[in-house]
Order: sequence, then C-alpha cells, then structure tokens
Amino acid sequence: MKEPVNTPSLTDRVLGWGTFLAVTVALYLVFMWVPNEKIQGPVSKIIYFHIASAWLAFFAFFVVMVCSIIYLKTKDLKWDIISYASAEIGVLFTTIVLVTGPIWGRASWNAWWTWDHRLTTTLILWFIYIAYLMIRSSFNEEEKKARFSAVFGIIGFIDVPIVWMSIRWWRTIHPNIVSSGGFAMDPSMVQTLLVSLGAFTLLYFYLLRKGILIQKMRSEFELLKQELGTGR
Amino acid sequence: MEYLFAAYMIIWVLIFGYVLTLGKREKQLQEDIFVLKKYLSNNDKKS
Repeated sequence: MKEPVNTPSLTDRVLGWGTFLAVTVALYLVFMWVPNEKIQGPVSKIIYFHIASAWLAFFAFFVVMVCSIIYLKTKDLKWDIISYASAEIGVLFTTIVLVTGPIWGRASWNAWWTWDHRLTTTLILWFIYIAYLMIRSSFNEEEKKARFSAVFGIIGFIDVPIVWMSIRWWRTIHPNIVSSGGFAMDPSMVQTLLVSLGAFTLLYFYLLRKGILIQKMRSEFELLKQELGTGR
Repeated sequence: MEYLFAAYMIIWVLIFGYVLTLGKREKQLQEDIFVLKKYLSNNDKKS
C-alpha cells in the first residue's frame, strides 16, 4: 500500500493562484499607487486590510449562521463541517482586526485601546466565537456537538449587526467611512479598498476549502478508529 | 511608518501561520489515515 500524496484539485489551484494574484495587486495598490491620507499620513494605509479583515470576519460568521440553520433543518453533518471551518477563519480575521485597530489607534488617537462601542462589541464578538470553538472541542458525541454549535452559531451572530451599527447607534470616535451617501473617501482609496475586499474574499474561500477538506479527513479518521475499535 | 510596517507584518504572519497550521494538520491526518487503512487491510487479509 503506497502512501497517498495529496495533490490539490484544479479548483484549489485556480483559487490559490487567483488569491495570490489578487493579494499581490492589492498590496501594489496600497503601497505603490494610492496616495497617503492628508492628515494621518502613511499609517492610514492600515485601513485597507483592517476593513477587509473586518468584512471577511463578518462574512465568515454569516456563513456560520446560515450553515447552522441549514444543519438544524437537515441534520446533515457537512453543514456543521462548513460552520466550523468558517468560524475558525472568522476568529483569525477578528484577531487581525483587533490587532491592527489598536496599532492604527495608537498612531491616530495616541491610545492603544479605548472602551469605544465599536471596539468593545468587536472584542465581544471575538470572545463569542472563541467560546464557540472551545465548546466544540469539549463534546465527544458528533451529533450533540453539531446541534449545540449550531444553536451557538446562530445566537452568536446577533453581535455582528451590533458591531456594524455601533458607530451609528452610539457616540463614537471610530471613523465611519460608509454612509448612506456611499464611501467617505477619495475614489482612488475606494478602488484600493474594493480590490483589498475582493482579494480577502478569495482568500476566505481558499481557506474555507482547506478547512473543509481537513474536517472531512478528520471525520474519516474517526470512522476508521471506530472500525478498529469494533475489531474488524 | 513603523506602525504601518508592524500592522502589515502581523497581518501576514497570522495568515501564513494559519495556512501553515492547516497544511500541517492535513499532512498529519493523511499519514494517520494511511496507517489506519493499512492496518485494517492487513487485518482483513489475515482473517
């Protein structure tokens, strides 16, 4: 029996190279093309990937919520696998938001952290999905784990619109670049931001496919272990 | 400028770190599955 070598599928390769290309273009636009913001200078360039990370985290948690609902309806474990893979990516990108935000804040507000509503609700969001991942690892029974995670994934998503609306509902020092009138930015900055959003969206799908593959392999491994346990 | 450098450095270290972790998990699981399959097929042949 020969050890299999995992060769990525054509979709994975296209997605991988597409992501690489899109991220390269985004980095080029950020560092070589778009001008600095007049008041803040070079540090303003943090926002392109900070906002893209926030968008990706929101999207990832939205996918968790949708897949959790579908799981509760169908009881098909594939939806639980997608939820878990997406939650992990969401936590990673919320971490990036929570790290890059204070760096930008230190340069702009002269403070690493302030208990502003946007920052606080984002931190709560991070804790919610860290708890989601931790709770999952505490269950042994697949179905129970999936059911409990699905309920948690749906309830946890309530914080996402709160994070988004926090700068509209309460007084805040966090900048609001998207209003009903569109982006409050120079067109070149908007274009760079949109390319960064596109690049990170591709990155999300690349990471999601990897995560799903790993979860499927884990399920297969557990099945084989059970077979071994029953003494086949 | 150092803030900008620090921010982008952290972003890419975290992303690459995660991609590497996924790669390691995949490789480990692949090896474990291979070992179990081999063991089970040997058991089948014996019986």
